[in-house]
Amino acid sequence: MSKNLTDMLYLVTIVTFILALHYLSSPATARRGNQLGALGMVVAVAVTFAQPGMGNIWLILPGMVLGGGFGAVAARRVKMTAMPQMVALFNGVGGGAAALIAMAEFHNLAPLPGHLHVDTRLAIVLSALIGSVSFSGSMIAFAKLQDLIDGRPITYPGQKVGNLILLGAAAAFGIAICAGWEAQWALAALIGLSLLFGVLFVLPIGGADMPVVISLLNAFTGLAVAATGFELENNVLIVSGMLVGASGTFLTMMMSKAMNRSIANVLFGAFGQVTEQAAATAAGGTGTVRSASAEDVAIMLAYAQRVIIVPGYGMAVAQAQHDVRQLADLLEARGVKVDYAIHPVAGRMPGHMNVLLAEANVPYTQLKEMDEINPSFPQTDVALVIGANDVTNPAARSNPASPIYGMPILDVDKAKSVVVLKRSMNPGFAGIDNELYTEPQTVMLFGDAKDSVLNLIAAVKAL
Amino acid sequence: MNHGTLLVFEVTILVLSIFLGFEVISKVPTLLHTPLMSGTNAIHGIVIVGAMLVAGTATDTFTKVIGFAAVVLASANVVGGFVVTDRMLEMFKKREPPKPAADDSDSTGAA
Repeated sequence: MSKNLTDMLYLVTIVTFILALHYLSSPATARRGNQLGALGMVVAVAVTFAQPGMGNIWLILPGMVLGGGFGAVAARRVKMTAMPQMVALFNGVGGGAAALIAMAEFHNLAPLPGHLHVDTRLAIVLSALIGSVSFSGSMIAFAKLQDLIDGRPITYPGQKVGNLILLGAAAAFGIAICAGWEAQWALAALIGLSLLFGVLFVLPIGGADMPVVISLLNAFTGLAVAATGFELENNVLIVSGMLVGASGTFLTMMMSKAMNRSIANVLFGAFGQVTEQAAATAAGGTGTVRSASAEDVAIMLAYAQRVIIVPGYGMAVAQAQHDVRQLADLLEARGVKVDYAIHPVAGRMPGHMNVLLAEANVPYTQLKEMDEINPSFPQTDVALVIGANDVTNPAARSNPASPIYGMPILDVDKAKSVVVLKRSMNPGFAGIDNELYTEPQTVMLFGDAKDSVLNLIAAVKAL
Repeated sequence: MNHGTLLVFEVTILVLSIFLGFEVISKVPTLLHTPLMSGTNAIHGIVIVGAMLVAGTATDTFTKVIGFAAVVLASANVVGGFVVTDRMLEMFKKREPPKPAADDSDSTGAA
C-alpha cells in the first residue's frame, strides 16, 4: 500500500475517532459513536497489516488474539461496580505498550548513524517516561480499587522529596539521551525509574481521589501515544494520542474544580490522611444523632411529595443500585416524584453513579447534576442519602477550618427531612465528621446500604 | 519531505489536535463522563498501530519479544476499551412510558 493511500485511510480513522467523541455529547448517539470509533480502529489495523515490509504475522496475530481475548473477556465479565479499576487496567496496558515501542525504536535506531534526530530522541524519552508512569501508576490504582492493597493514602517521611529525586533522576537520563547518549541501558534505567515513580506517585493518593488520578493517567497514556507517533512519524498516533491527552487533561481539571482543590493538592496532598486536628475541631459540635427504623423511614418516604436520592460510593460497594431503583419505582407508583442527585465526584470515577444507575435501568432523565438539582432541595420532603458522605457535608459551606471547605456540595441539608443510610458513624473518606448527621431534620438508618434499602422496600410494600 | 519540514507539519497537527480535543470534550455532559474516559481510553489503543509496525519489522530476538509484548498490551487496550464502553453506553436509556413531566425547578412543595 502506498504511503499516500495509507495516510488517507489513517485520516478516515482519525475522523471516526473525532465523531466518536462528538457523538458522546448525547446519550442518544453515544453508543453509535463508540461503534464508529471501533470501526475506525479496525480500518487502522487493516491498513497497518498492508504496509510494505510487514512481516512476522505469526508473531503479531497470536499477540492480538492473546491481548484482545483477555480484553474482551475481562470487559464482558466485569461487574459495573468494578468498572473504575477495569478502565485503569486498560489504560495502564496502553501506556506500557507505548514505553515498549520506545525501547524497540531506540534499540533499532541507535546503531544507525544519523537516524536519531534530537526530536526523535525527545519523543522516545517522553513516551518511555510517560508511558511507564502511566503503566505502573494505573496498576497501583487498579490494585487500590480492587482492594489488593490498602485504598487509604500510604505515606512515609521524605515521600515527596524521594519522589522528586526519582523523577529528577529519570529526567536526567532523558536529557542525556537527548544530548546524544546512545547506551541502551540508559533508556532501560529511565524506564525503571519511571515505573518506580509511577508506583510511589499513586500510593499516597486515597480512594476517593481516584477519579482525578484515573483521568490524569488516561491523559498521560494519550500523551505517550502522541509521542510514539513522533517516533514513528505516524499521524494517526499523533492526532489520536493528543485528542486523548487534551480531553483527559480537561476532564482532570473539571474534576479537581468540582472538589475545589488544585490538581497539585489532589496528587500530593495525601488527602484524608492527616486531618486529625481538623476532625477534632469539626467534631466540636455536640449534636445528637437520631437513628430511625426502616418502618419510620418508609412512612416518611411513602407520604412525601418529592424525594431526592443522593447516591454515593457506599451504594456502589453494597451493589445496591438495583434495589434503589426498585424502591424508587415503588414510591413513584404511590405518586411520589423521585429524582437522583449526582455529585460530580461521587464514586471512584467521573460519572460513576450515572453508570451504576443506568445499569439498574434508571432513565437518564432522572439523573440530575448538582447545579440542576440544588435549587430543588428546599422544596423536597425527603433527601435519601445512600452511602454518600463528604459530598453532602455542610461544613464545606460553613466551616473554613474544614479540609473540604469550599467544595461545592449537594444542599441536602436544605431538604425538609434527611435520611442517611450509613454503615456506622465512622467518618467519611476525608476523615471528618459530617455535621449533617446531627442536624435536627436528619435521621440515620444504620446498616449495609443494600440491606437497608431491602428493608425499606419491604416496609413500603407493607404500608 | 525532509525531516525538518515533516516535523513542523507534525507539530502543526499536534497543536490543532489539542484544541480539537478541548472543543469536542467540553460538550460532553457529566452524565457521560465515565463512558468518555473509557471511550478515550479505547482511542489511545491506536498505539496498536505502533506496536504492529515494531513487531512487523523486527529482525532480532530482542525487538521481536518487545514488539510481541507491545502488541499484546495494545490489543488488550483496544478490545477491552471499546467493549467496556459499549457495555456502559448500552445501559443509558430514556424512560419508556411517558410520564407527565413536572417542571423541576418550581414544583410547589405544599404538603
